[in-house]
Amino acid sequence: MDADKIFKALGDPTRRKLLDLLYARNGQTLGELCDHLDMARQSVTQHIGLLEAANLVSTVWRGREKLHFINPVPLHEVYERWVRKFERQRLSLLHDLKKELEGE
Amino acid sequence: MSKEKTSFVYVTYIRSTPEKVFEAITKPEIARRYWGHENVSDWKPGSDWQHVRANEERTVNIVGKVVEIAPPTRLVITWANPSQAADPASYSRVSFDVEAYDDMVRLTVTHDELEAGSGMATGIQKGWPIVLSSLKSLLETGQGIDVFAKPKAA
Repeated sequence: MDADKIFKALGDPTRRKLLDLLYARNGQTLGELCDHLDMARQSVTQHIGLLEAANLVSTVWRGREKLHFINPVPLHEVYERWVRKFERQRLSLLHDLKKELEGE
Repeated sequence: MSKEKTSFVYVTYIRSTPEKVFEAITKPEIARRYWGHENVSDWKPGSDWQHVRANEERTVNIVGKVVEIAPPTRLVITWANPSQAADPASYSRVSFDVEAYDDMVRLTVTHDELEAGSGMATGIQKGWPIVLSSLKSLLETGQGIDVFAKPKAA
């Protein structure tokens, strides 16, 4: 896992939105992703490039179409390394409290 | 009309060899160490395979057929809940592609032909990232992670 690349890739709202878009519907083309973003196609391509470099997005060619898939495997490694090890119990209490206060 | 299908592509890079990665998927004594399950088959095209929980109950959690096998680079299997094994439409497909990548191995797991929104689609989305992280951990450090771990109850 290249943690620097992962955190850099996540440190941008457009790239986080791209991951959300792929989570909502996996296997989209560049064109489909661009429809949801108010931004030049070339900029979207660059953002996707950084996500691919961090292995957060993988691509598959289907005929002439390049499809993008969210790859959460590195996120799981980040979770194991940076979240799970720190006091799981307290996190779960805080999470419950937040849910209650926000009325979810 | 057929139901809408969905697919997922998972990629992980592992400091290991294609042979070791392939064995970790197909050899029960290795799979049980990072997956909590064994994949049991004679690994011939057309043969059955079973995903068996590696405990005393030996519950069969997934069944399917071996579609294609080319060690150490490619394995394709079908995948269904045993309770739906009689229904051909319930089978999805899992392809493992193993390629040498610099001094590492790039393992791609493609799970397709899944019914969109089904319990199986939800389940595998939670499962594969954990299993693949655990596989990477086992091959790189000699230790898998607990794939059944849950947050501690408050």
